[in-house]
Amino acid sequence: MNCKGVIRELSNYIDGDLDPGLKTELERHLGHCEDCTMIVDQTKKSIEILCDSRPVVLPSDVRSRLHAALRQKIGPG
Amino acid sequence: MFNAIFMTEKGLTARLLGLLDNLSAPNPHRLPSSIAREDEHLLVAAAKKGDTPAFEELVSRYEDKIFRLTKNITGNHEDAEDAMQDAFLKAYSHLQDFHGDSRFYTWLVRIAANESLMRLRKRRPNQFSLDEPVEGDTDLMPRELEDWDPSPEQRYAQAELQGILAEIIDQLDPEFRIVLVLRDLEELSTQETAEALGISVPAVKSRLLRARLKLREKLNRHFRRGTLN
Repeated sequence: MNCKGVIRELSNYIDGDLDPGLKTELERHLGHCEDCTMIVDQTKKSIEILCDSRPVVLPSDVRSRLHAALRQKIGPG
Repeated sequence: MFNAIFMTEKGLTARLLGLLDNLSAPNPHRLPSSIAREDEHLLVAAAKKGDTPAFEELVSRYEDKIFRLTKNITGNHEDAEDAMQDAFLKAYSHLQDFHGDSRFYTWLVRIAANESLMRLRKRRPNQFSLDEPVEGDTDLMPRELEDWDPSPEQRYAQAELQGILAEIIDQLDPEFRIVLVLRDLEELSTQETAEALGISVPAVKSRLLRARLKLREKLNRHFRRGTLN
């Protein structure tokens, strides 16, 4: 596998979604390619940072308006 | 199937919903996720029979995630609120169409994603289409390769990092952003994402790869060694 092949399979590799043969080929390439190793590690780290972040919070006034709209339109229950 | 479950577990359902009444808005508390998973089908069955407190409990469980989803897709507070509200109302009026083939949350995400996309298209007509063919794999090789510190995120205060991520997500093309949000933030499977967006699994994978590479590239500008905060 060459660098282009690693990039093409990067997402599948990170998701553990590669068949064993391709995974072995990809990891063999990573064993001697610093650039691809850096890309794989940094992409994994980027996803990890994104997942750990919770940048959007539901504001309490938005929550109140949502429940008010629900009660108004579908009844008080 | 839900009706059968509802009838056989009627007593349990009544007790459960009694308990849940106390947990509903205005200040809903979250149940442990294991309990949430186990009783969700009962809540859905009750809501289908017109039990609005049961539906409101379902709303309370997912409102944070659905708002985050609509905000991340539309990139606009007002649209996000409207899309979320309409998604829940639409979900209630179409509850009979939910047959339990997927998780209730996945079904809800599909509705919320569509509501968000409608608003995004109104604001930015002709800017993108989810129906476009999957692009080839040319020109994917990252150009910017620099070392990062082992924990580069620690260079930023939490609020600052959240601001950076929000800006990066907003800068992504919508067709890539939506897939990244559903797969990596909302943790839907590839298949669920494809179903939610009405596109093929290869299209999801192709866009997810591009979105993740873009995310790395944009974070690289903040995280590379020697970058000043």
